[in-house]
Amino acid sequence: MTSTRKLPYKFVHLQRNFKSKVVKKSIILIFMLALLMPSALLANSEAPVSAEKSETKDVSSEVVEHIMNHVADANENHIATIHEAGVEKHISLPLPCILFNKSTGKLSVFMSSKLHDSHEGYDGYKMDNHTNRVVDAETGKRDTFYDFSITKNVFNMLLGFFILTIIFFIIKAAYVKRAGQAPTGIQSFFEPIIQFLIDEVAKPNLGAKYEKFLPYLICVFFFILINNLLGLVPFIGGINSSGNISFTLVLAMCSLLLINLNGNKHYWQHIFAMPGVPKWVLVILTPIELLGVVLKPAVLMLRLFGNITGGHIAVLAIVSLIFIMGKMGTTIGGATAGGAIAIPILLFVNAMELFVAFLQAYVFTLLTAIFIGAAIEDHHHAEENH
Amino acid sequence: MTGLAAIGAGLAAIAAGLGIGLVGSNAVQGIARQPEATNEIRGAMILAAALIEGAAIIGMILSFLMNK
Repeated sequence: MTSTRKLPYKFVHLQRNFKSKVVKKSIILIFMLALLMPSALLANSEAPVSAEKSETKDVSSEVVEHIMNHVADANENHIATIHEAGVEKHISLPLPCILFNKSTGKLSVFMSSKLHDSHEGYDGYKMDNHTNRVVDAETGKRDTFYDFSITKNVFNMLLGFFILTIIFFIIKAAYVKRAGQAPTGIQSFFEPIIQFLIDEVAKPNLGAKYEKFLPYLICVFFFILINNLLGLVPFIGGINSSGNISFTLVLAMCSLLLINLNGNKHYWQHIFAMPGVPKWVLVILTPIELLGVVLKPAVLMLRLFGNITGGHIAVLAIVSLIFIMGKMGTTIGGATAGGAIAIPILLFVNAMELFVAFLQAYVFTLLTAIFIGAAIEDHHHAEENH
Repeated sequence: MTGLAAIGAGLAAIAAGLGIGLVGSNAVQGIARQPEATNEIRGAMILAAALIEGAAIIGMILSFLMNK
């Protein structure tokens, strides 16, 4: 920000204009990503639903089940269960279900709240109360239909997409209208972040061609960030969308395509025939380099998935301390002791997760920039530098 | 099997802790010797830490999957 102020007016104007273009392109990319994600989540929806559970189980296994259900995707946003005179009452945010039966070819569209009131279900589907997923009413499994529903992860991503779109349109309008002036309002919060991405991530790693890749980098940074942050909102949100392997898979696939489609001659030469290496070594080296092409985005995928899921599991495990120490809330003394231990730790872990939300978005963007930079690097230029 | 998976996750954590500890200690030393290079060292440090963490997380995820 300070560096732009020192520039003459003309350059500042150009740079603002350039930023407004970059922001606009990022919006388009975010929209495309938001469209891509649900189809990828479909692949995840075939995961087997846990089998019938016995009624007698100890506290810790119930806790583990709760945590795993939170981390996984669900067809409704479950908030709380109230036990009232022996009747379980579920409070949840209903989400639309779009289900396509494989055998009959029938498309059913309804809100998930319809499944709650009756035991026989609706349209041949019912809600599994443990996993909060729609299952076949007869078999209790998920393999007889395709689930195109707006699940809670998709809901979270769409929410993030709308928030980002609104913010980015405001910023873009501000860049156009107030070109060459100091930023105001929400723009002044985002300008340093965008400037940081330009100065610290794009320019050093991508060199002169950084403008071409900047919209993707900004898009991917803010999309991961908003999903990470929405995942930290307690009660209503807390949806583990960026800790879903399908989510990170699509992002990593985008990076994989971007890296390899932009790879120049030197990049491919270094993979298939590393210069200055004896022929027999190439037999070993080329498969390793080829593996590396896939492995780099794969590790990007696993890193984001592992960090965010790990954070959610850690927070929930610490909350569960209250219930484990109080034997699922039956002894108030144990629960108080558990709360006294859990709450300070929880505060610390949540604050760390806030940092991790930014860090993982940054690391994903930085590594993508570095990999793209390595693929488009002018070889001659690289030797001059080092 | 559960116990073995837990041991695996623990080993991954130990390895990542050692690795990131080395990166962090050397980065702090580097910054102490050359405070003007702080920004560059910090960038390299985060990159190296992220790469180490990636390996550790693969280990942890594998142990999670084996836990079933």
